[in-house]
Amino acid sequence: MDEVLIASVLASTLRVSAPLLLCAMAGVLSERAGVVDLGLEGKMLFAAFAAAATASVTQSTGLGLLAAMVVACCASLMHGFACVTNRGDQVVSGVALNMIAAGLTVVLGIAWFQQGGQTPPIAPEVRLTAIAPAFSEPQAGQWFASVFGHGLLSHNVLVYVAFLMVAAVWFFLERTRPGLRLRAVGENPAMVEAAGMSVQGLRYQALLMNGVLCGLAGAYLTLAQNAAFSPNMTAGRGFIALAAMIFGKWKPLPTMAACLLFGFLDAVAIRMQGVQLPAGLGGGEVPVQLIQALPYILTVVLLAGFIGSAIAPKALGRPYVKER
Amino acid sequence: MSQPLHLPRWIDIGLLPLWNLAIALLVAGLVVMVIGHSPWQALTVLLNGALGSVRGLGYSLYYATTFIFTGLAVAVAIHAGLFNIGGEGQATLGGIGVALVALWLGAKLPAIVLLPLLVVAAAVFGMLWAAVPAYLQAWRGSHIVITTIMFNFLAAGLNGYLLVNWLRPAGSMSVESAEFAESARMPALHQMAAAFGVELPSSPLNFSLVIALLACVFVGWFLWKSAAGYAVRAVGSAPRAAHYAGIRPRAQVLLAMAISGALAGMVGINEISGVQGKLTLDFVAGAGFTGIAVSLMGRNHPVGIVLASLLFGVLYQGGVEVSFELQGFSREMVVTAQGLIVLFSGAMATVSAPLFARVYAAMKGGR
Repeated sequence: MDEVLIASVLASTLRVSAPLLLCAMAGVLSERAGVVDLGLEGKMLFAAFAAAATASVTQSTGLGLLAAMVVACCASLMHGFACVTNRGDQVVSGVALNMIAAGLTVVLGIAWFQQGGQTPPIAPEVRLTAIAPAFSEPQAGQWFASVFGHGLLSHNVLVYVAFLMVAAVWFFLERTRPGLRLRAVGENPAMVEAAGMSVQGLRYQALLMNGVLCGLAGAYLTLAQNAAFSPNMTAGRGFIALAAMIFGKWKPLPTMAACLLFGFLDAVAIRMQGVQLPAGLGGGEVPVQLIQALPYILTVVLLAGFIGSAIAPKALGRPYVKER
Repeated sequence: MSQPLHLPRWIDIGLLPLWNLAIALLVAGLVVMVIGHSPWQALTVLLNGALGSVRGLGYSLYYATTFIFTGLAVAVAIHAGLFNIGGEGQATLGGIGVALVALWLGAKLPAIVLLPLLVVAAAVFGMLWAAVPAYLQAWRGSHIVITTIMFNFLAAGLNGYLLVNWLRPAGSMSVESAEFAESARMPALHQMAAAFGVELPSSPLNFSLVIALLACVFVGWFLWKSAAGYAVRAVGSAPRAAHYAGIRPRAQVLLAMAISGALAGMVGINEISGVQGKLTLDFVAGAGFTGIAVSLMGRNHPVGIVLASLLFGVLYQGGVEVSFELQGFSREMVVTAQGLIVLFSGAMATVSAPLFARVYAAMKGGR
């Protein structure tokens, strides 16, 4: 039985982590450029709705993905217009974005589809399905097929894209010239300006990349994980991704580790429902709420400086005012 | 540096906020048109539902009561230079405090003793839940925006855990606590009116509104008349100068957040003791976030907050009526409008200021 348990926990950890990874990388790009992004949740929700609505109407996976990315980019640009161009409060703008997304997706969903805010189910052939359907169930007694096959190969293409994006974001930020500029604009925008580059332009670029990744994260929820949009279906994932980003100290690879940890906790929490604690620990049921709350608790403990320290980009949250 | 704008006071605190509100409502009206309804009809039904009857007015004021508490909570923190997004969690804890005391002492004490105890419990529980992020901000340097968000989720988890494992009566399927004793119920307005022989239609409006208005007076006194409030505002506007003047910024952060949390916790009085009469899951229902919109619109001042709370009370009550009347109209439209108001009155509050400055200069120059 062990191989079945290990395989299914591994598989669901990867499945749960994928949208967190995409969303957290979006957050890394924006915050390393100095723009606080509390709107991750809202953008993911907008994108999930756009993907579901477009895919169910046009019966096209590609258009669904495209719509998700376009809508999330528009939301990012709105954030940019408020905070980068007009130097508004970045936190307030993010909060506004989350409210608008929570409201508007339901308003439009009810008006367009008359199903209480849900979109019509997306046809199986339009959805993103497993690349290797043969491994869809773990087999008892077959270690290799279970753990390697079901655990690692039974997923849809977006799961692998998510991990690819981690590598891409890491390479971009740490190994390329535009990535260096993007980091510089989050640490010392005046220096970037002095070097003859546009602070605003660079921040907008970061926000657009952020929108594309948020779009993929949202599309994952409706095209891969579920078969339709339902109101508030992101259920705090954007904030978990935000927590993972902080837990990963705004760096791509540690952020990926944090996403995997939080995904693992989620996968375990579902399996622990109703399980009895061993007598040595006092018996009684495992408090599932505690496992689900662990990502938040760990992030607070980290922020408090009890596990290393989380140092944010220096210019994070500060609108840039040109000196003349 | 860009030139600072010179706007007369009546434009800055009168016209500009109204203009931003108008833009937000205009965009909301566009959304109503996009989903195929007449914004004018929606507005008529909304106003009629919220203000057209004594009962509707009662509901509007009941919603406004909650928003006054959460709006004041955000405002007090903002005056200390802190953005408290944790109103949602602090309100949840306030409700938990009310429920624990009400279930513990409900059958043993008369209302006249119990109700003040409940108010204290709501305030203290909200205060303690806000004090942790405040301590972490002041002494450990963790950012209060992030920690208060995390504490919202922790509060929801704690409430769920308490209800499922401890407070749910044995054999009950619904995730709710037992009903409180009658002495733990904040008297409703129509009950109080009946005691004086006046008949009013029943609504959830209760004595908490009076407490909310008293809280407004307290916040006004605290921020602008008390020495402690002066210190809080000094830290909020110029932390370093305040420090040199002998004010301890850390203590002010803790004080401001404690008051902020206590105010948010008072939502528990209105919702749990005043209306539900039992602890429920997710009874705050976003009111903590509405408080952000209320405080931004009300310019972080008690008078402005009362006015903004009335506006949101009308929107929430009217929104319910519109969703009954118009086919395919969702009450989530109110959440959308609220988000637009936060966007235009908060994040983009100063976008139109240069326009007004130019128009004002042209008008003055023309004269």
